[in-house]
Amino acid sequence: MTGSGEDIIAVRDLVKKFGSFVANDRLTFRVHRGEIFGFLGANGAGKTTAIKILCGLSYPTSGEIRVAGHDVYTGREKIKRRIGYMSQKFSLYEDLTVSENIRLYAGIYGLKRNYIQERETQLLESLGLRHIKNEYIRKIPLGWKQKLAFSVAIFHRPAIVFLDEPTGGVDPITRRQFWEMIHEAARDGITVFVTTHYMDEAEYCDRVSIMVEGRIEALDTPVLLKKQYHSANMNEVFIKLARKR
Amino acid sequence: MPVILQQVSKSFGDVRALNEVGFQVGDGELFGLIGPDGAGKSTLFRIIASLLIPDAGSCMVLGFDVVKQYREVRKLIGYMPGRFSLYMDLSVEENLNFYATVFGTTVRENHDLVREVYRHIEPFRKRPAGKLSGGMKQKLALSCALIHRPRILLLDEPTTGVDAVSRREFWEMLEKIRREGITILVSTPYMDEAELCDRVALMQKGGILEVADPAEMSTREEVPLFALRSSSEVYPYLERIRKQEGCQSAWLFGDELHVTLKSKEYEPLIREEIGRWKEPSLEWVAIAPSIEDRFMRLIRQEQEPDSGHGAGIKYRTDR
Amino acid sequence: MKRFFGFVKKEFQHIFRDVRTLVILFALPVVMIVLFGYVVTNELKDVRIGIWDRSGDQITRDAINKILSSGYFVLAGTLDHEEQIGSLFRSGNAKVVVIFEHGFEKKLMRENRAAVRLVTDASDANSAQLALNYLQGVLAGFFRSLNPDAGLPWEVEIRTRMFYNEEMKGVYMFVPGLMALIMMLISALMTSVTITREKEFGTMELLLASPLKPWEIILGKVTPYVLLSLVNAGSIILLGTLVFNVPVSGSLPLLILECLLYITLALSLGVLISTVAKTQQMAMVFSMLGLLLPTILLSGFIFPVDNMPGILRGLSTIMPARWFIVVVKNVMLKGTGFAFIWKESLILLGMTIFFIMAALRRFNVRLEK
Repeated sequence: MTGSGEDIIAVRDLVKKFGSFVANDRLTFRVHRGEIFGFLGANGAGKTTAIKILCGLSYPTSGEIRVAGHDVYTGREKIKRRIGYMSQKFSLYEDLTVSENIRLYAGIYGLKRNYIQERETQLLESLGLRHIKNEYIRKIPLGWKQKLAFSVAIFHRPAIVFLDEPTGGVDPITRRQFWEMIHEAARDGITVFVTTHYMDEAEYCDRVSIMVEGRIEALDTPVLLKKQYHSANMNEVFIKLARKR
Repeated sequence: MPVILQQVSKSFGDVRALNEVGFQVGDGELFGLIGPDGAGKSTLFRIIASLLIPDAGSCMVLGFDVVKQYREVRKLIGYMPGRFSLYMDLSVEENLNFYATVFGTTVRENHDLVREVYRHIEPFRKRPAGKLSGGMKQKLALSCALIHRPRILLLDEPTTGVDAVSRREFWEMLEKIRREGITILVSTPYMDEAELCDRVALMQKGGILEVADPAEMSTREEVPLFALRSSSEVYPYLERIRKQEGCQSAWLFGDELHVTLKSKEYEPLIREEIGRWKEPSLEWVAIAPSIEDRFMRLIRQEQEPDSGHGAGIKYRTDR
Repeated sequence: MKRFFGFVKKEFQHIFRDVRTLVILFALPVVMIVLFGYVVTNELKDVRIGIWDRSGDQITRDAINKILSSGYFVLAGTLDHEEQIGSLFRSGNAKVVVIFEHGFEKKLMRENRAAVRLVTDASDANSAQLALNYLQGVLAGFFRSLNPDAGLPWEVEIRTRMFYNEEMKGVYMFVPGLMALIMMLISALMTSVTITREKEFGTMELLLASPLKPWEIILGKVTPYVLLSLVNAGSIILLGTLVFNVPVSGSLPLLILECLLYITLALSLGVLISTVAKTQQMAMVFSMLGLLLPTILLSGFIFPVDNMPGILRGLSTIMPARWFIVVVKNVMLKGTGFAFIWKESLILLGMTIFFIMAALRRFNVRLEK
């Protein structure tokens, strides 16, 4: 494996407690630069809690966590500038146009105006969405929305992008197109940290971690995980692990 | 036939949610509505549940018209809406009791039917519904929909956003409920769940693409389908395959690439080409299409009759 | 019937589990009534007045002493000619000036009549009116004690509208108004919010898909609030009696029956609002703007109906609270019987029936979308 210098996320003994409830129990893992990291787990296994900590939205109870070279205790603001975030629930403002959304997010990250304009044209061109530049988000199909939301999340070229169930509810073709975009982004050096309930999507990841009741039960490449758990696909791996309790 | 839909259409403003939808659900059948968000699945459920009036067409549930005889319909159906719709501030037990009284029955009366589902959440019966996990909420909602022993169970996307383990458990429960003689209509965006149904309707953009038995569906597929497998990553070969002459479409599919060809004649050419890549780990085999393959081909046919190529959305960044 | 009781039980569970609802239901009325009560009484503790005693005899001096020792008024200054009144008001130093006419005592002894003029700064009409009422009360008491046999041996040039409020206490005026307001707020607002909450959370979808009939859903949601609003009406009456000494002169059962009528009316208004509003927020806005404000402004609670311009006075006739306030004032303060309020009661009953019918008609047995 690559050295620690190449690790964009380094987590050691992350613990998060809510009262007596342990949501994250001594998580330890590393995410390498440019990889697609699948962060899987059952509902309530503690994924969301961990993602919030990694994004600098909440403090851990204890543990050493570095994201994009910054400590989550002291460098939260710096971390936020270097990450992108997209979820199924919240992505774009429905009552703004496509173009307004792009400019809004780019503006938030302090990008220069000329630069924004140039990149916006380029982006809409590559997505084939130029004709709906001035359309309200609420009027465009879900599939386009999600592709656009992803593009917006990486518009400021973050070191890492966090995707929380990004493909929920879209048709199988759009889902695959979305994953091709993820691969492209990874090829460009953006680390992708993704959660999903579609187990075939776990196969598309470089490495996958599976959380069960607050702990990481397994972490490896899909190929090795399948071998280790004698399973034909990731779905079986997941079910074997999560049912074990 | 417990459910008969004929030419049902429904619009909201200028959005056409359903476009001349028609199918029948047989007695005791586990019938799946498969399709992405916005396909019109929820609207269809609400029409069957007598909660919406179709603009055109008719819908009969157990011989009753959902518009004129909605009172009869409502006594006979058990409905689980797509959104979790129980009282968050009431406990598991209180929710269940409430729905039992609403239908003029008691939990005890239908305990044998509900037990199979309810036993999973019984340990938490004093907990407010709002504090249950996703999987448990879904089981509670199912218990409430079953409490009056409905003749037909309508489940609108019960497994969306639910993890793979809970989803599998849920389908095991559905199988048991079906054995009790209850007809089940269930919708899902997960294609793999379609294989668990007796029959499915594939839906897209308010219309039905196809209604069939899942096993039969794959035999209908005329376009030859092949898989490219590798012991390592297959993504790097995606673009290469798409560039081959005769390739109609190529998509990531779990740890494989699924490739359809314009005709069988191209197969030897592509096989030879792959051989030239000198990657011993690559494996090229003819496979039987799954429902997801079928669905993808049907929607592609609808959207863009001849271009089956690529994402059409190249994302590139300059560096 | 079992179905109905099951529903009511569930509704009570919602209410008793939600702290916010409980606060609005039980703390709000108490806080409002105490607040209003003390704001009104405090205001009258330090009203600054000017005095122009043109007579300067024993009686006027005693009267002035009486006024200043009443605790409601503070002497801002004495005057000796007309022009000072204007300057006193303009400087904001006083709200009221009391003027005893020249030769007051002599006139009173000889002709049994004399004049006190009360001049008030009416830019703040409500407090001025209130101050005048107090002043009149104090003076009337004083002169009656001087000459208990005679009727009213004096003349005041400003008339008062509060014939039945002998002690001229402000609290009397606001207790009926506040009852109308609080019961409208709790009944209409709470029901419209609780019904729209079911819509917002999607639980209404399940209720509609069940064999429950519209009236069962509505009645089930409303019944707990009828009971709770009655408890509230009782606590307001009790508070009025115990804290502010506003007695119930008339029949208590009659008062409670009238309250019940008014509550039913407010509840049906709440149901009607819920058939229009899609979210709790909308229901709240509709209730606040559509019911609460008009109730405060147009019912005669704060601004007397008689002083309103024509259009507003016309509008006030469709305010249920206007009629209810009349009813409560009659039963509580005047102690009159049903014979005197049957007209108002009939109007309230008519409105109630109208709103119930409208709500039932508008209540959709299906979803909109």
